Amino acid sequence: MHSAYIDPILERYGHNPTKLMQILREMQEHFGYIHSDAIDHLVARLGILRTQVESVAGFYEFFYLHPPGRYRILFSDNITDRMLGNMDLLEQMCRQLWIEHGKVSEDGLVSVDTTSCTGMCDQGPALLVNGRTVTRLTMDRVEVICELVRNEIPLEQWPAEFFQVEENIRRKDVLLGSEFQPGAALRAAFALGPQALIDEVKTANLRGRGGAGFTTGLKWEGCRNAPGQAHYVVCNADEGEPGTFKDRVLLASYADRVFEGMTLCGYAIGAQLGMLYLRGEYRYLLEPLQAVLENRRRANLLGGNILGQAGFDFDIEIHLGAGAYICGEESALIESLEGKRGTPRNRPPFPVTHGYLNQPTVVNNVETFAAGTLIAERGGAWYAGLGTGKSAGTKLLSVSGDCTQPGIYEYPFGVTVAQVLEDCGAVNSQAVQVSGPSGVCVSAAEFERRIAFEDIPTAGAFMVFDHSRDMFEVARNFVQFFAHESCGFCTPCRVGTSLLRNLMDKLHNGHGSPYDFEEIKRLNVLLQSMSHCGLGHSACNPVLDTIAKFGPAYEKRLQHRDFTPAFDLDWALAPARRSTGRDDSAAHLHDEAIGEQP
Amino acid sequence: MSNTFTLDGKEIPFQDGQTVIQAALDAGVYIPHLCHHPDFPPHGSCKLCTVKINGRQTASCTMKAQAGMVVESNIDELNDERRALTQMLFVEGNHFCPSCEKSGNCQLQATAYQLHMLTPHFDHFYPNRPVDASHPDYLLDTNRCILCSLCVRASRDVDGKNVFALGGRGIKTHLLVNAKSHRLGDTDFSGEDKAANVCPVGVILKKRQGFAVPIGQRTFDIKPASEYVDSRMPTKEV
Amino acid sequence: MSASTKPKLKVATTSLAGCFGCHMSFLDIDERLFELVEHIEFDRSPLTDIKHVGPCDIGLIEGGLCNAENVHVLREFRRQCKVLIAVGACAINGGLPAQRNPIPLPMILEEVYHTSPGLHNGLIPNDPELPLPLNQVHPIHEVVKVDYFMPGCPPSGDTIWKVLTDLLAGKEPVLPHELLHYD
Repeated sequence: MHSAYIDPILERYGHNPTKLMQILREMQEHFGYIHSDAIDHLVARLGILRTQVESVAGFYEFFYLHPPGRYRILFSDNITDRMLGNMDLLEQMCRQLWIEHGKVSEDGLVSVDTTSCTGMCDQGPALLVNGRTVTRLTMDRVEVICELVRNEIPLEQWPAEFFQVEENIRRKDVLLGSEFQPGAALRAAFALGPQALIDEVKTANLRGRGGAGFTTGLKWEGCRNAPGQAHYVVCNADEGEPGTFKDRVLLASYADRVFEGMTLCGYAIGAQLGMLYLRGEYRYLLEPLQAVLENRRRANLLGGNILGQAGFDFDIEIHLGAGAYICGEESALIESLEGKRGTPRNRPPFPVTHGYLNQPTVVNNVETFAAGTLIAERGGAWYAGLGTGKSAGTKLLSVSGDCTQPGIYEYPFGVTVAQVLEDCGAVNSQAVQVSGPSGVCVSAAEFERRIAFEDIPTAGAFMVFDHSRDMFEVARNFVQFFAHESCGFCTPCRVGTSLLRNLMDKLHNGHGSPYDFEEIKRLNVLLQSMSHCGLGHSACNPVLDTIAKFGPAYEKRLQHRDFTPAFDLDWALAPARRSTGRDDSAAHLHDEAIGEQP
Repeated sequence: MSNTFTLDGKEIPFQDGQTVIQAALDAGVYIPHLCHHPDFPPHGSCKLCTVKINGRQTASCTMKAQAGMVVESNIDELNDERRALTQMLFVEGNHFCPSCEKSGNCQLQATAYQLHMLTPHFDHFYPNRPVDASHPDYLLDTNRCILCSLCVRASRDVDGKNVFALGGRGIKTHLLVNAKSHRLGDTDFSGEDKAANVCPVGVILKKRQGFAVPIGQRTFDIKPASEYVDSRMPTKEV
Repeated sequence: MSASTKPKLKVATTSLAGCFGCHMSFLDIDERLFELVEHIEFDRSPLTDIKHVGPCDIGLIEGGLCNAENVHVLREFRRQCKVLIAVGACAINGGLPAQRNPIPLPMILEEVYHTSPGLHNGLIPNDPELPLPLNQVHPIHEVVKVDYFMPGCPPSGDTIWKVLTDLLAGKEPVLPHELLHYD
């Protein structure tokens, strides 16, 4: 029974095991989950191992090896969703559907759970239903969704406005504000030639927009000069950092610039294939993006001898992720592109010499490629004149949280935090989390600091918290995120992020003492020095930042002077009370803890 | 410049392409490790072998040796962190040494002794993990798995069988068996396999052989892990 | 150790969810016990049958926390003892009793009192005299602050002797490699 839907999919992907993730996604879109018998069929047809399928499927959040319900509802659980009341909405939905959070209903109809930030922070709370984004949730909307689910109405018949994703572009500068004729940047590049194009990008001092800020021209040059059987261009659109959604807008409205930037890179480094790694949460963008690619092929902006440039053949594929933040790390992303678990590689070697299929590969952010088109069109010197000394050009910020005008803001580098706050209508601001949980928490005293590699580098997230917000809970949400997204490869991050989450829960539950503070500090040192990749290195940042800058939010959690257990001892007796029917005083343990302050 | 680097002040020779830990172990100098095994390519996951190279911490199993490197390993700062990693491994799984057949021959336990671990320190996770007794000759007790992937590598690279893999993600990462039933008994795994003899802890165990060697005569009763230097412990003939 | 004129240190011992094996091992320090009692006197301990612990210098805890009574006793020890020592595998990681932890307690009680042969149609005991079991067994460091740890199942008489004599000498106890074992 499974061959009927699997075979055409395998045919389309050329029976290529490196396409395993796309094959699994399409299988699941058809059947609802990945059936054990379907794996047998894959194993036979692709000549791969069962464990390969199961280990890949088990790694990504959006693959299911067991039936997850005909309606799989996942509430986005970024702090901005929480601030907009997502948990109340989730509980309401569970109540109305008579189901338990995280479990599938007994009739197999529906499951309701949470997932990491879905990139809709400017129009949350948001959820995914069978992979499709629903924005701007309200109690009314939740009620309608429950009704639609109960009546098993197909998603195609749900009200279209539920799925509407707004652009919310609030400030345009050179990138978002310039007219773009597809092909213009390529023509300019062909006039220059590959090396001169790279020189322009170097002159422009374009630096990676994913946050790390590596010089793009050097990366392209390094890749061009690296020996290999083939060279590859990879666009990192796995925009998983909570609070970031600028790539979503670039891909929705500026896809031609992004694809043209990738094509420029292909020309510069001598690649024939580019791959866009699109995060699974942006599944709804797949068809529109494919339509853009198709248009570009028709216009000979992709394909053979592009725009008559003899010998320059280049095309672009889209690879959809399946819910794994770690795949934003470039070597994990490449593993994922190869149809594997998204585990960061040991480095060196770096992707620029040993990337996709071990060949020289440029991995750049969506925004970096888009900026590349401006440089090709107008020259590196012009671009270098924008922004600041070490941060040329402009930066897109994804602004969300406590402000009246959340959305996308493009500024020349060097803009102050205060300026952004003023522009987005934030008042009474207490803090801004710049660049997401792995970034930095900026307090009011630092609002004159600047967004630039010299001061506060950022991948683009800009989450605003006013004085009504509890910064401890902000940090706790981020720590939960890291524990959830740790890939599990290395000991310190796999275990350490869970220990850290437990410690934050302990403080939240009123069991905190100075002992736990020391533990948090110790874990931080360990994660920083021992972890395999950036996820582990930065997992403690939000806690340390908020302890340093918002001490009182923690002090009120320090309800005990001496060590206190992480769990409530009386609660630990509850199962025995239920089994025995006892409720006498000896059947309880009171919080008579030692040395406790009244 | 000759091919040597210094490790805690001692000159260590190396061959081109060798990693820091390979050169150190060849020179008879112990660096604590669990996922490293001299017969397999580096994995780099346990992080126990982390050293300081020119002041910066890095896993010595994935770092290629370079002439003139200044490597620190046996220093309190690193041993404290290694001990904490070992404690993490102990609380992550269910490690009850007194009732484990591997006790005395277990590399995790021996490494913990080496690092002078007196307590697991953290709160235990007490995960619910399966025991698989389906194979006629071997037992699979994943309660003790530390996810070093040595069995995965051995079965894939030496045995050519691919019996094992790692599945799941994050704290839920776990050992997978390549069978539809997920049972070891339904694979072609055998006692002759390299994978049957490479587990550093008590996950893959030969049946009907538990506690055969009396306390006092087991591998690490005789001498500590540091004196075996690498993971090629004597095969336990019974 | 030389005989001293210093006041004797008060030592209390107890076994929580343990098998008294660690106490047996204590007795394995053999004739050195005579030397020891020159320097210490026992408060609550199975050796004295004192029921409640008074102010002490050192508390030795064998066993983990399996039930409410274990918690009361441990808290009393922590209140009264200047130095609290976890003795043996069970106090340190829950040990054998903690191997029930992955199974939900109601299932265990069902199995023991309802399903297993011999107690067929039995009732789960509910006498208020009986301490109620905790949902999971915990090592003692998860519930109170513990100062020192003596691993082993049991720690040998030599280990116990070494730690106590170090403490009597006012030193941080240090276990040499050959005395360190978990089984």
